[in-house]
Amino acid sequence: MRYAMAIDTKKCVGCSDCVVACQTENNVPIGFCRDWVVESTDGSYPQLVLENRSERCNHCENSPCVRCCPTGASHYEEGGIVTVTKQDCIGCSACIQSCPYDARYTHPEGYVDKCTFCIQLVTKGQKPACVDVCPTKCMYFGDLDNPNSEVSLILARRKHKTLIPEAGTNPQVYFLI
Amino acid sequence: MKEEVIVSGRMNENIDPVLQAWHWEIPTYLFLGGLAAGILFFAALFYLQGNDSKYRTAVKIAPFIVPIALALGLFALFLDLTHKLYFWKLYTTIKFESPMSWGAWVLMIITPLSIMWILSYSQELFDHWKLNYPKVYKRFKWVEKLMFKWKNVRDFYSWIGTQRKIIAWVMLIMAIVLGVYTGILLSAFNARPLWNTSVLGMLFLVSGLSTGAATVMWLSKNEVERKLLSRIDLILIIIELFLIVHMFMGFLAGTQVQIETANMFLGGDYTLIFWITVVFMGLLLPLLLEFLEYRGYHIPVYLPAGLIIFGGVMLRIILLEAGQASRYLY
Repeated sequence: MRYAMAIDTKKCVGCSDCVVACQTENNVPIGFCRDWVVESTDGSYPQLVLENRSERCNHCENSPCVRCCPTGASHYEEGGIVTVTKQDCIGCSACIQSCPYDARYTHPEGYVDKCTFCIQLVTKGQKPACVDVCPTKCMYFGDLDNPNSEVSLILARRKHKTLIPEAGTNPQVYFLI
Repeated sequence: MKEEVIVSGRMNENIDPVLQAWHWEIPTYLFLGGLAAGILFFAALFYLQGNDSKYRTAVKIAPFIVPIALALGLFALFLDLTHKLYFWKLYTTIKFESPMSWGAWVLMIITPLSIMWILSYSQELFDHWKLNYPKVYKRFKWVEKLMFKWKNVRDFYSWIGTQRKIIAWVMLIMAIVLGVYTGILLSAFNARPLWNTSVLGMLFLVSGLSTGAATVMWLSKNEVERKLLSRIDLILIIIELFLIVHMFMGFLAGTQVQIETANMFLGGDYTLIFWITVVFMGLLLPLLLEFLEYRGYHIPVYLPAGLIIFGGVMLRIILLEAGQASRYLY
């Protein structure tokens, strides 16, 4: 079991529905978010390239945050999902410093919080809230070990990239380009 | 013109645009940890060389600063935690991959050792005060009375006195580990290109030893001891300068993010403050002063010592701030 997400940057319109769905599903405190939309404009006028990306924790296979955590609060769950056990978190912020994607934040209650791929839903066979709600259906979620899963099929068919591969983290969120 | 515009960020001012997870607490702790490592290293080294009466301040007096420095440093670390009531979880796990975990364990070993070390010399401290600072002695006389009141306790002190050699060996090694750890703590984060260099461990160790030597030099009343520590500091400063050059050479020969990181100090936001406070005031000026001292000029000791300590503090503050501003752009 190897959970992964694929996001189609050609279909994403940057509506931020995924952000709101996540905040609602996961009861994210006001002023914070576990996912966010980046609208990047690259190049020089008039040759501009626009890309919309819905970003979140990449659930890296080689997670710097899991490595740096002094108490083992940050750990891998089944399927490679990286989560934080809040009763083990001392709030030292080492994981926040170690994340090249800045995907983590300190919850007002003190522990560190982040995207969990909606583990409460996916272990029941449902999709993460952001994937479920996307109005352009630009997000795919599933098991990479299963060659017939939605995410395996789309990654086999389309060109894709990951964010900062040179950081050596081996991210499990793929962007279709 | 090539630019990347982020239109909707993550609505989290704690992360965008500059990471602000660590504040004054961390450089305070890194400095005090390095200082403690430096003082303990020289105390243990001189003791093991059999020079404990020759270099009395280094072996017997200066280590009294260590438990206070460590306690203040650990308190600063505690203040930094955002989930404070769970701090004890640090000591229910050992994770060798996490520098913070084994650093916490090193502190667990070195703090009691340094306390044992000073307890075994407490009689000498009171004698030192009696001789040099009678006013201070008078005020703290009750402490001496209390500390030496019971026979069992007195026996315990003298028992530690017989175990000094073992303590000194462990302290010597642990002091080096502690000094390196203050740097490794930062260099383990590959997300912050400025910190992600293996030079940082050595740089912080040398800087810690240098501030430790400067403190002993400042406290010492003995000309021979001062001269020796001044020489040691001279060498340590030269090594530190070399390591800083080495660090920037490494960055400039590295990848794009590393080159951008180096440019923060070579024309960017941190140029002035780094080269003036750390390199000029904290290294070159004391180097010059100690060189003049070496050539026979009389330089008041608080000048080079104070500058070295100031440089050590600034090095950590600036590297911490700049490190959080250095990041991968994608």
